[in-house]
Amino acid sequence: MAPDLGLILPVVQLGGRPVLGACELRFGAGQVTALLGPSGVGKSTLLRLLAGLMPLPAGARILPGDGGTLAGRIAWMGQQDLLMPWLDLRGNVALGARLRGQKPDLARAHALIQSVGLAGREKARPAELSGGMRQRAALARTLMEDRPFVLMDEPFSAVDAPTRHRLQGLASGLLAGRTVLLVTHDPLEALRMAHRVLVLRPGPNGAVAADLALPASPPLRAATDPAVLTAQAALLDMLADAA
Amino acid sequence: MRALIAAIGILLGWEAFVRWSEVPPFLLPSPIRVGNVLWTRWDILIGHAGTTLTEILLGMVFGSLLGASTALLLTAWRGGRRWLLPLLIASQAIPVFAIAPLLTLWMGFGLASKIAMATIIIFFPVATAFYDGLRRTEPGWLDLATTMGASRTAILWRVRVPAALPGLASGLRVAAAVAPIGAVVGEWVGASSGLGYVMLQANGRSQTDVMFAALAILASMAMVLWFVTDLLLRRMLPWQPDALSEDTSR
Repeated sequence: MAPDLGLILPVVQLGGRPVLGACELRFGAGQVTALLGPSGVGKSTLLRLLAGLMPLPAGARILPGDGGTLAGRIAWMGQQDLLMPWLDLRGNVALGARLRGQKPDLARAHALIQSVGLAGREKARPAELSGGMRQRAALARTLMEDRPFVLMDEPFSAVDAPTRHRLQGLASGLLAGRTVLLVTHDPLEALRMAHRVLVLRPGPNGAVAADLALPASPPLRAATDPAVLTAQAALLDMLADAA
Repeated sequence: MRALIAAIGILLGWEAFVRWSEVPPFLLPSPIRVGNVLWTRWDILIGHAGTTLTEILLGMVFGSLLGASTALLLTAWRGGRRWLLPLLIASQAIPVFAIAPLLTLWMGFGLASKIAMATIIIFFPVATAFYDGLRRTEPGWLDLATTMGASRTAILWRVRVPAALPGLASGLRVAAAVAPIGAVVGEWVGASSGLGYVMLQANGRSQTDVMFAALAILASMAMVLWFVTDLLLRRMLPWQPDALSEDTSR
């Protein structure tokens, strides 16, 4: 199982405005932590800091539980599928190795394409795939990286509700054992997939995170579970307060 | 098909106008007269057309290579941007027509000066279109590549360049359209063969029908060049979204 991931942040400023408040967070080992909050509260900023897409402010520290560094140990999945239109499905899934100048493990790529239900479409270009299929391809590409830490920025926001529901189930199974930080706008998605739900609320010195009490059952939770529905109502209230 | 019908319609209208208005042939020869020149002097004209086509094609090769490598250099090398970009813009402030006599002076009356003209005129659209494409890579792709641990070089060759190929293709289409201008202007300034030379000679002797014949060949060459370039680019970039392809194929 992947180690846990600690993060110590000073106040993070963007353009002279405090975005994230000083905080100390720990994301559970092999667990999915969902991060919710109103638009612009700093969810993506937090994710980008962890992903190394933004320079860490002075005093900030990222502490993987096994004492190593985070560099080269994260996989990133964004809001759009970000498939390269000039590569076929297999080329897209094997993108990471190609970019690092390594020989891609094609057997593994094939197995992952199969596990996301796209077997037989290896030669298809992204334009020939539906939105849901493209997102599944992006999931396969993320898993192909085989990293202990996975950062997901609203990964399923671009697909329709039934497809999203199916993708959550698929992703939950395939991500098992990894330490995942999932940024989402969808309360039900958070409650179905996450072991822990954090809500970011804006404050005068930057946003602060608050925990939400979750149903006792482990993920993947059924959308029809009354406990999930109760928690969803509480989460919606919390989000409405935060906005 | 429609283009052919339109062309025949224009030719018929032109013929009718010449007959009806009795305009003298040295001002406006009838299409039949031009066709006659094309038929009887084909062997001479085709030789001159070959010269011009050689200049155009070599100009396209050199201009495209030079333009594309400049765009790559501007993207890959930060210092280069500061020095080369103003130079690139300034080079376009000088009209190509104004330096044509200089090029002929330096490189002689042969092919070299015309190829240089075509190269210069092609260079800029290719360089700017490709450079624009290289600059406007989808930021998400760059983020993804960064998190995957790609080097700057790998990002350039495996993400930025393929993403910019549709931009380069637009530049090459413009290049195909303007290349004949460079070659013909070069020939006007001083040459011993080529369609531009034929037109200049014919003009001096009031052989307007010969001028039109040369012009017809030049126009057909330019159109064929454009369509072949367009077709090749479509074949080579099949992923490129083309929302209008349904309309243009008919």
